[in-house]
Parts: sequence; structure tokens; C-alpha cells
Amino acid sequence: MLLRRRLGEVAAVDGVSLSVLEGESLGIVGETGSGKSTLARMLLNLLEPTSGVVRWRGEDVTHARGARLAELRRARQLVFQDPAGSLNPRKTVGAALADPFLIHGLLPERAARARRVGELLEQVGLDAALANRYPHELSGGMRQRVGIARAIALGPELLVADEPVSALDVSIQAQILTLLRQLRRELGLTLVLIAHDLAVVRHMCDRVAVMRGGRLVEVAPVEQLYRAPQADYTRELLAAVPRIPSPSPPGAPGGAQSSPSSST
Amino acid sequence: MSDAAILRVEDLRVGFATPEGLVQAVDGVSWAVAPGRTLGIVGESGSGKTVAAMTAMGLTRGRRTRVSGRVLLDGEDLLSAPPERLRALRGDALAMVFQDPLSALHPLLRVGDQIAEAVRAHRAGVSRAAARARAVELLEHVAMPDAARRVDAYPHELSGGMRQRAMIAMALANEPRVLIADEPTTALDVTVQKQILELLRRLRDELGMAMVLITHDLGVVAETADEVAVMYAGRIVEQAPAAELFAAPQHPYTWGLLRSMPRLDAEAGAELVPIPGRPPSLIHPPSGCRFHPRCAYVRERHREVDPPLAPLAGAGAADTGHRVACLLSETERRAIWARLAQGAARRRSWPASSSSSSASRSRAACCCAGGSARWRRSTA
Ligand SMILES: Nc1ncnc2c1ncn2[C@@H]1O[C@H](COP(=O)(O)OP(=O)(O)OP(=O)(O)O)[C@@H](O)[C@H]1O
Ligand code: SF4
Ligand SMILES: [Mg+2]
Repeated sequence: MLLRRRLGEVAAVDGVSLSVLEGESLGIVGETGSGKSTLARMLLNLLEPTSGVVRWRGEDVTHARGARLAELRRARQLVFQDPAGSLNPRKTVGAALADPFLIHGLLPERAARARRVGELLEQVGLDAALANRYPHELSGGMRQRVGIARAIALGPELLVADEPVSALDVSIQAQILTLLRQLRRELGLTLVLIAHDLAVVRHMCDRVAVMRGGRLVEVAPVEQLYRAPQADYTRELLAAVPRIPSPSPPGAPGGAQSSPSSST
Repeated sequence: MSDAAILRVEDLRVGFATPEGLVQAVDGVSWAVAPGRTLGIVGESGSGKTVAAMTAMGLTRGRRTRVSGRVLLDGEDLLSAPPERLRALRGDALAMVFQDPLSALHPLLRVGDQIAEAVRAHRAGVSRAAARARAVELLEHVAMPDAARRVDAYPHELSGGMRQRAMIAMALANEPRVLIADEPTTALDVTVQKQILELLRRLRDELGMAMVLITHDLGVVAETADEVAVMYAGRIVEQAPAAELFAAPQHPYTWGLLRSMPRLDAEAGAELVPIPGRPPSLIHPPSGCRFHPRCAYVRERHREVDPPLAPLAGAGAADTGHRVACLLSETERRAIWARLAQGAARRRSWPASSSSSSASRSRAACCCAGGSARWRRSTA
């Protein structure tokens, strides 16, 4: 197994240290107020640690400013929990998706921008014609797709998704998670997924960091963390998740044995 | 569950007149719950779970609301009951716990006073002192930490889990015979959720309460409910004893829910199978089977014929209480589910992904965590 390079890194002397490896999908779990979002925001230079450093590809970017910060913003994008709150209600979807290009002085030609916006919409499973719609005309799932489209617009290397499905309907959650997995594959994105739902993280991530009270409790590969959690707190968290009984194929105990026709 | 039922909803329909048209939020729903039992109601947002429960409590009455059917509490029809009778029953025989405790607790009153008030409202002649003692007792009953002190706390001084406990204590003030809990744990962390669910189960068993538990979480239902009703677009599409529903689900929508939920026991690499599309309009619902635009097994006829919720035919002489609203034959459905369940079993035994063997090792990270982390906003 290749040792993956550290892509981003937060080492706050008074708090926690966590690295994100290139190409991985890292889950951050923990309960309300455990510091998940704070840690991720430090990683994205949206918050500055009171002490300690933030590194990007080995470079200390803790105090990055100006053009360097803009470049870092392009390379590292955030997907929000509430897709409605992160879109300007007075801007069409097309305008919202064109914004990143304008801000960064890319694709100055209107037609090229419109073409790229159409491609982005299709990439996240939406109809390109939706560019003319306003956010309130879209469902929550569609808005979250737009949020993802905006996050991938400038070809970032790292995507941080902060509770990207917790505001969505059960049947829509799976659509968005599947989309994120597909985009990771297609674009080779590194993903940091913040979630309180341990099953979602289990499904999406290679490695998991467990946080509590602003500290890291345990960091481990996903299989290891779920099969043999080391920290008591991780065990407690896992034990608290309500289980959905496994579907039993007919014939198996607890299966459809009540039916005489189950052998068909 | 049928004869012993204490609360029974029969062919309930609830519509709301809106400028866009009539929103038929609940469209012919029947369920019943017996003392000491739990009915779980699942379904996605907007399927009518809350409206049905609120209507049963008489909380949706209004000029724009169109209601028909019957809601029987111990044989007494609540839909035709006068408002004062309903007020007398609410908080007494019938109580409700909401998703958001702040909507049920008055922000400016001490929780103990609110609970005491709930006691005195239904028990004429109970002294203030006795009501307050009862409030402390109730808070202890719901395992509120340091109840004797917290009785004087304001809602904002309590954590989310404590507020939920206070609201449950208030709901239980008069030992209701029926408790309707609408997403009682959705806003809570898993460890707190676990405590609250344990509390509700314990109280149900101790008091012999009938409980209706509304949730979108199949895991919560699996661990708490005796019976489950799955709602879709204002209807119940499947209803069964909980064990039966998870072992041998019969409706394509139930399959969709089960297959689209990430599982803790899944193997790495397992794929979710999302339900395509999204929930339909309740003003202009799809023709025929309401699930047909999203169903992988739709046939031409299903676009026109609206399937009733019917008992399984082939389940032998005994009625297990399993009902489903789907036009496929039971044999077809069993065959499809057998295929899906086998597929799922195969997915669960996939080899672990390569990433799990990566070099990083699990560590209990206390070494680098000195004090609690403090941060300030970036000025950039
Ligand atoms: N007063 C009202 N006027 C108009 N429509 C309403 C009203 N109350 C509820 N509805 C509609 O009725 C439908 C059912 O709502 P309900 O709250 O019962 O859903 P639910 O299944 O409880 O969903 P959730 O999981 O989001 O709580 C929704 O489409 C909702 O918008
Ligand atoms: S009736 Fe047809 S469309 Fe409806 S759930 Fe059954 S198979 Fe699907
Ligand atoms: Mg509801």
C-alpha cells in the first residue's frame, strides 16, 4: 500500500492535530459542540487557530492572505449543511454557478461561462435548463446538488462537506451521498465529510476521526474503527446507534418463512 | 392489537385549503394502538405523519382544514368532540411530545412551574405545594439529573436532552393513556437519543401507556415499535408487526427506504440504492398508485389503478396484521424481495476496500490534545 501524502494538516497546539491524506475520504464524527466544524474550518482557513499551524501540501498557510488565500480557496471548497441558506435567493442558479468564475477572473466570455454552468449542472445530475430557475423553485435535494456544483466549479482538490445530507429527506440523502462518491471517483477529489450519522460516515469514508469536547478521541481506518474501536467514547457512540435489522433472504431464520410461496 | 386498541384512527382524511389548491395531507389513513404497545409511523418529510397525529389530538382544527373519518379514544369520537372536551383530554388521557421542546415549553417560565401547571390544569384541588412536589417527582421519573434543583430552571438553562426530558415529564404529568411522540429524538445526539428512547420504553411499560412514535429513522422504529406503518404521500402503503416488516417487507417504497439507508453493519464498498425522484405533490398526486413515478416495478395498469391497503393473502390462515398497498401479486413481491435481500447479503460480505489496510494505525490521541481548543475568527 502506498503511503499517501499529507494534503492538508491542522496542528493546533492547544487543541488537535489532524492530517488529510491526498485522495482519501476522511470522516469527522462527534456530537453537537464537539468541534467538528471548527476543525474543518481551520483546515480551510475560514477560522484561524489561536495557536498552532495549518499546512497545505506541507506549506504553512496559517496566515495566508491576498492572492495566496484566493488560490487556496479555489483549491479547497466547502459544501454546506443547509443548501437553502448558502444560495442567494435573488440569484438564478446559473448566476450562482457563474459567480466563482467571475470572482476568480476565469471564463470572461459569457457564452463559455454559460456552457460551463450547463456542464456543471449535468455533472451533478440536474437538467442544464435549471440555470434559469431561482433557489426557491428547487427542492432541498436539488439545491444541495447546486451547492455541490458550485463547490466543484473551479476544480478543487479538497472538498469539505459539513453535514451535507442531514437537512434532506431520507430518500434524497442516498442520492446526494451517491453523487458525492461518484464525483470523488471522477474528479479524484479528496473529501472531508463531517457528520453526526455514523452509518453515513461508515458508507462514505476511508478513515474516521472521532471528536469530543474539542479534542480528537480516536483516528483510524474505517474498518478498524467500526470493528475494533479503541476509545471508550467511540464504543459508546457506536453502541448508541439504532440498528436496522438485516434483510434476511427467504429460508434464513427470521426470513419470509411465514409464506408458503417464498420458494418461488 | 385490534380489539384492545385504546386509540383508533379510521379512514382519516385531512386537507388544507391553500391558494394553490387543496393539500390532501392525509388521505384515508387507519391505525390503532393498544395499551403498553408502540406503533411506529415512518415515512419521509411531508408524508402526513404529523398532520395525522395532530389531527388525532384535535390540533389542526381551523377554517381551512377539511377533516373526515373517525378518531376514537376508548370509543369516544374525538373529531366530533367539542373543543372544551378536547382540551380536557389533551394533557390528561392524551399527550404529545414534539420534536422541538422549545415549541412546547414556555421560554419565560421555570420548567417546574410549567409541569406543576399541567398537573393543576387537570386536577382541581391539587395544592401548589403538592403540584410542585409532583413536578420534582416527574423530573426524577424521567431521570433529569439533579431534579430537585432543575425544577427551578428556565428552559434555556437546560441542554437539549434535558429539555426533552422536561417536555416528556410535562406530557406524563397526568399519566396519559396515550402518548404521541413526534420525532422526539431527531434533534438530539445519538447517545442522548438512546437515553430518551430507553426512557420512553420504560415509561410505556411501567405505566402501560399506548405510544405512537413518529420518526424517519428506521433504526429507531426497529428498536422501539411493536408495529410499523409506512406512510407515503398521505397514505399508509405498508403496515406490519415490526419484526415482520424488516424481515419480509412487501412494498417497493419500503424496499427503497431500506436500501437507501446507510447501515452501520455494511461492508466497505457497499452501494446505496437511492429512490429516484422525489415525493409527489399533494395537490395533484400521481394517478393510480402514488408511488408509480418512482417505482422500478411499475406496470401500465399501475398508472391507473389505485391499490388499496390489503392484508397479505398467502400468509396462511392467521392474519399477521401485515398489509400492503401494491398491485403486484404477493408471489411476485416475495420473489423480488428475495432477490434484493440476497443482493444485499452479498454486498454485506464484500471484501473490505484496500483503504482499510492503509498504513495509518489507530491511536488514542491524547498526546497532542493539551487543553480545550479555542479559536478566533480569521480576519481574512
Ligand atoms: N396548515 C397547513 N396548510 C397547508 N399545508 C399543510 C399544513 N400543515 C401541513 N401541511 C402539508 O401537509 C403535508 C404533510 O405534512 P406533515 O407535517 O404531516 O408531514 P410529516 O410526514 O410529518 O413530515 P416531516 O417528516 O417533515 O415532519 C405537507 O405537504 C405539509 O406541507
Ligand atoms: S403498484 Fe406498481 S407502481 Fe405501485 S408500488 Fe406496486 S409495483 Fe410499484
Ligand atoms: Mg412531522
